[in-house]
Amino acid sequence: MTNTWQDIKNANIVVVMGGNAAEAHPCGFKWVIEAKIENGAKLVVVDPRFTRTASVADYYAPIRPGTDIAFLNGVIRYLLEKDAIQHEYVRAYTNAGLIVKDGFSFQDGLFSGFNEEKQSYDKSSWDYELDDQGFAKSDDTWQDPRCVINLLKQHVSRYTPEMVSRICGTPQDKFLHVCELMASTAAPDKAMTSLFALGWTQHSVGSQNIRTMAMVQLLLGNIGVAGGGMNALRGHSNIQGLTDVGLLSNLMPGYMTLPQDKDTSLDVYMSTKLYKPLRPGQTSYWQNYRKFFVSFQKAMFGDAAKQENDWAYDWLPKLDIPLYDIIKAFDMMNNGQMTGYICQGFNPLQAFPDRGRSRRGLSKLKFLVTMDPLDTETSRFWQDFGPQNPAKSAEIQTEVFQLPCTCFAEENGSLVNSARWLQWHWKAADGPGEAKSDIWIMSGIFHRLRDMYRKEGGAFPDPLLNVTWNYTNPIDPDPEELAKEMNGRALTDLTDATTSAVTKAGTLLDGFAQLRDDGTTASGCWIFTGCFTEKGNQMARRDATDPREQGIAPNWAWAWPANRRILYNRASADPDGKPWNPSKPVISWNGARWVGVDVPDYGPTVKPSDGVGPFIMNAEGLGRLFARDQMVDGPFPEHYEPLESPVENVLHPKVRSNPVARVLASDRPTFGDVKSFPYVATTYRLTEHFHFWTKHALINAILQPEEFVEIGEALAKEKGIEQGGWVKVKSKRGEVVCKAYVTKRIKPLTVDGKPTHVIGVPLHWGFTGQARKGYGANSLTPPVGDANTQTPEFKAFLVDVEKTSAPVTA
Amino acid sequence: MALTRREFIKFTGLGLAASSLGMLGFGAAGEAQAAAVRPFKLTHATETRNTCTYCSVACGLLIYSMGDRAKNAHSNIIHIEGDPDHPVNRGTLCPKGAALLDVVHAPTRLKVPRYRAAGATEFKEVSWDFALDRIARLMKDDRDENFVEKNAAGTTVNRWTSVGMLAASASSSETSYLTWKVVRSLGMVVFDNQARV
Repeated sequence: MTNTWQDIKNANIVVVMGGNAAEAHPCGFKWVIEAKIENGAKLVVVDPRFTRTASVADYYAPIRPGTDIAFLNGVIRYLLEKDAIQHEYVRAYTNAGLIVKDGFSFQDGLFSGFNEEKQSYDKSSWDYELDDQGFAKSDDTWQDPRCVINLLKQHVSRYTPEMVSRICGTPQDKFLHVCELMASTAAPDKAMTSLFALGWTQHSVGSQNIRTMAMVQLLLGNIGVAGGGMNALRGHSNIQGLTDVGLLSNLMPGYMTLPQDKDTSLDVYMSTKLYKPLRPGQTSYWQNYRKFFVSFQKAMFGDAAKQENDWAYDWLPKLDIPLYDIIKAFDMMNNGQMTGYICQGFNPLQAFPDRGRSRRGLSKLKFLVTMDPLDTETSRFWQDFGPQNPAKSAEIQTEVFQLPCTCFAEENGSLVNSARWLQWHWKAADGPGEAKSDIWIMSGIFHRLRDMYRKEGGAFPDPLLNVTWNYTNPIDPDPEELAKEMNGRALTDLTDATTSAVTKAGTLLDGFAQLRDDGTTASGCWIFTGCFTEKGNQMARRDATDPREQGIAPNWAWAWPANRRILYNRASADPDGKPWNPSKPVISWNGARWVGVDVPDYGPTVKPSDGVGPFIMNAEGLGRLFARDQMVDGPFPEHYEPLESPVENVLHPKVRSNPVARVLASDRPTFGDVKSFPYVATTYRLTEHFHFWTKHALINAILQPEEFVEIGEALAKEKGIEQGGWVKVKSKRGEVVCKAYVTKRIKPLTVDGKPTHVIGVPLHWGFTGQARKGYGANSLTPPVGDANTQTPEFKAFLVDVEKTSAPVTA
Repeated sequence: MALTRREFIKFTGLGLAASSLGMLGFGAAGEAQAAAVRPFKLTHATETRNTCTYCSVACGLLIYSMGDRAKNAHSNIIHIEGDPDHPVNRGTLCPKGAALLDVVHAPTRLKVPRYRAAGATEFKEVSWDFALDRIARLMKDDRDENFVEKNAAGTTVNRWTSVGMLAASASSSETSYLTWKVVRSLGMVVFDNQARV
C-alpha cells in the first residue's frame, strides 16, 4: 500500500477491482464504510462475481476474468478523450512530456524488440531520447508526437467502449458510468483509492493489471495524496516483510537484487546500479545503492567483508538464469534435478498450480522437510487419502521430516502489515509438546552444517564459516538482537559531514541516510533502519494519537521507509508546495522546510523552486506513464487473453496471450482449449477461511465445512445441476468432485457476441484438518505465471462441468 | 446505551446465558453465574499484545492466558479478542480472527518431530536430534556433490540448485532475516515465499 488502512476514509471514490476486501480483509474494509458514511465516498466494484464487497457498493459492473487491462485502457482512453485529467499534476509530476526513442513501436500485439525464438524482448528501444548530457529530452507543450502522452493516446485509441464491452463482457453503459465516477477525481481536491489483491496479481498479465491502474491514478493526480494511492491488500500477515527482507530467488534485503553470472565482480555488478539522474537535479535515490550493499555485506559477514575482498562479494550466490521461481522448482523436481526441499510454514501441495504436477515432483525428491504448526497436506503427500490424494506410499522413496513449530501466539517478533508498518508482538505461551520456533530450527540446521564443514571440509564452505552469528544465545537467537542487526549500527565513530555530530562506534543507527559504502556501517536491511534505535524498539510503540484524525497515527509502531506513512507524499502538494486538497494536507512547504502530519518523502529542506520531482526513487524524478524497460512485457499495458481463454484476442489474433508469460515448454501440453473446456473458471477465498489453515480450526470448519463450486443459475439450468447437487469440474489437468452452489451472483456475460459462463472455485479444502476432505482448486489450475512476477494464473482458466452422483463414501 | 468495556463483556455474557443456559432450564441462577464467570476468568488471566496471523490488515490482538509466567507455571491461552486500542481494527476481528483460539489449540497442531522413511506407509515419532542430524547430513552430502563453485567461464558463482526452500510468510521478519542468512550462506538459489500465491 502506498497509503494506510485508515487513510481509505479520506477517499471520494473507492475502487475495488481485483479484490474482494469485504470478505478477504473485513477489518480493513471498515475504512471503506467509514469513507462512505463520513466522507460521502462512492464505492465502485468491478468483479466477475457479485461479491459481498459489491453488495455494499454504490455501483457494480461485471467483468470477464482476465480482461482488466482492456477495461482500464478503456478508462485511460476516456480520460484523455474527455480531457478529464489533473493537468498541472500530470505536467509537473509524470513523464507525459518526455520524448521516447524513435526505435520504439507497437504493432500487431508486439512491442519493438521481440525475439520469437527466446520468447523475450530486447528492451533497448523502450527508453527516452537523450540529449548530449545524457538527460531525457522533453516537450512541455506536448506537441511532439513522440512524447509519452501522445504515444499513450495512440496506444489506447483502440480501447473504445464498444471494444471494452466486446472483450470484457461489461455492458457499455456500466463501463461508461465507472469511467465517469473515476474521472470525477481529476479535480485537484478529490481523491480515488484503488484497493486490489490477488484478483489482479494472479494473472499472466498480473503486474500490468496493477500498472494500468497506477497510470489511471497518475493521470487523475491521485498518487501521494490523502485518500488516494495504489493499495495492494496483501494476503499473509508478513508477506510484506518477507518480500522486504528479500526471501525470493533473486532478491536481497531491501529490494537489492542478487548478482547474476554476468556480474563477474563487484565493479561490474555496481555498474548496473548507478542510477544516474535522467533529468537535471533529480534525487534518484538508488544512487546510494552501494552504501546499502556494503552495509549489508558487513552485517552478513562482519570483519570478513573487507575492501580487499570486495566486501565478500564472491560469497553471495550468483544466478545463471533470471530466477528459480516455484514453477521452475517443481519442473526441476519432475526432471529429477532436485534432491531436497524445505517447506517452512508453506503448503505447496495446496498452494501451487496443477496439484498432480506438484505431487509427482515431491515424489521424486530424496528428502522433504516441512516446518509448520499444523499437519499440512504437503507433509503427507506420500500417504493415500483416497481420490483427494491417491498416493502409493510404497513407490515413493522420499524421506519426509515433519517438524512441529510454534505459532504467532508463542513468539516475539515483528510483522510488516500491508501499509508497511512493522508491528512488534509478544509471546503469550509456550508451544505445545516439543514444538520449537523456526529460529531455533534454522539455527540447529545451521550449526550442524557448520560443524560438519569444520570437521570434514567440503564444497566452498567460506560463506558458511564466515557468516556473522554473534548472538547472546547462538542456538536460539533473540528476535530483538536480529531486529537490531537489520536496523544497523555504526562500526567506527562516524562524523556527520554537515553537522559534525559524532555517532559512536556500536551505536544503533537512526536512519538509512547514515549508511556508508566504506565498511564503517552495517545494516541487514536498509529500509528497516530506524526501526530499532538507541531510543528503543520503535516497532513496539503504541501511541495511537492521530493528528486531525487523518488516518496516519505516526507514533503507532514504525513504518518503512523512515516512518513515512504515505509514499510519494511530496505529490500531495502542488509544485509551489501548497496542498492540492487544503482540507486534507499531508505535507506542505512553510518557506523553510516541509511540514505536516507525515514524514516528507523528499528532502526536508529542498525548495519547491529547485524542481526536484516527487518520485525520488525514479531516475527522472517523475511518475511513469511509460515504464521504460522496467516491465518485461511492455512499457505500455496491453490486453492479452489468459493462456486458457474462451475467445480469440480480437485486437491482434496472432498474438493471443502475453508473449513473454512464464510458461515452460513442458507444460504447454497441459493447457486445454474451449472446445473441450468451454467455461471460464476463477478461484477465490471465502470470508470464513484463510487459505488452508482455518480448516484446522473447528469453528471455521463448521462454518464452511465442505468443498463447493459456485455456478450461475443459467448454466445450472442448462446442465441440469441442482442447488446442492453433486458436480464434477474438470480441467485438462485434473478434476474436482464436489457440491454445486447455484447462485444469482454470477451471471453469463456476452463476450464478442457469445454468452460466456463463469464458474467460481473457492480453494480452502484439502485432506487434513477438521473440515471434510476436498480435492483443492489447484487440482484444476494451470502452471502459468505472470511475465514479471511468475505469479500463477489462478484467476482465469478453462474447465468443463457436469452433473454427477454423490460419491459412494460421502 | 453507553457501556464500559467491562460492562459490555458482562452484557454479552448475559446474552449467552439467555440463549443457551436459559434454554437448558438453569433460569435466573444460571444467568447470574454466567455473568460472573466470564469477567472473573479474564481478571485472573495474563494479557499479551499480539497481531493476527492471517491477512495483512494485521489486526491488533489481546491474548489472555492462564498462568502468571512464574517459573514452571505453564501458560495456557484461554481467550483471544481484538485490541480496542489498535488504530486499524479498533477492537474488531473478522470470522477468521475471531476463531484464532481454535487454530492455536487445533487437534492437528503438531507436537513432536516425525519422520517417514523411504517407502514407509506411516510417520514415526523421532527426537529433534535425530531429525536435525539427518537433515543436515542429507543437505551436506547433496551440497558437496552438486554445488557449483565456478561456472564454465571461471567466475565464482557459489550456487546450489539441487536443494530449495520455501519460506513462511507468517513468520516474523526476524525469523526471515535469520533464514536468509542460513540459506544464502549455503549458496541456495531455489528460494521463494508466498508472495506469489
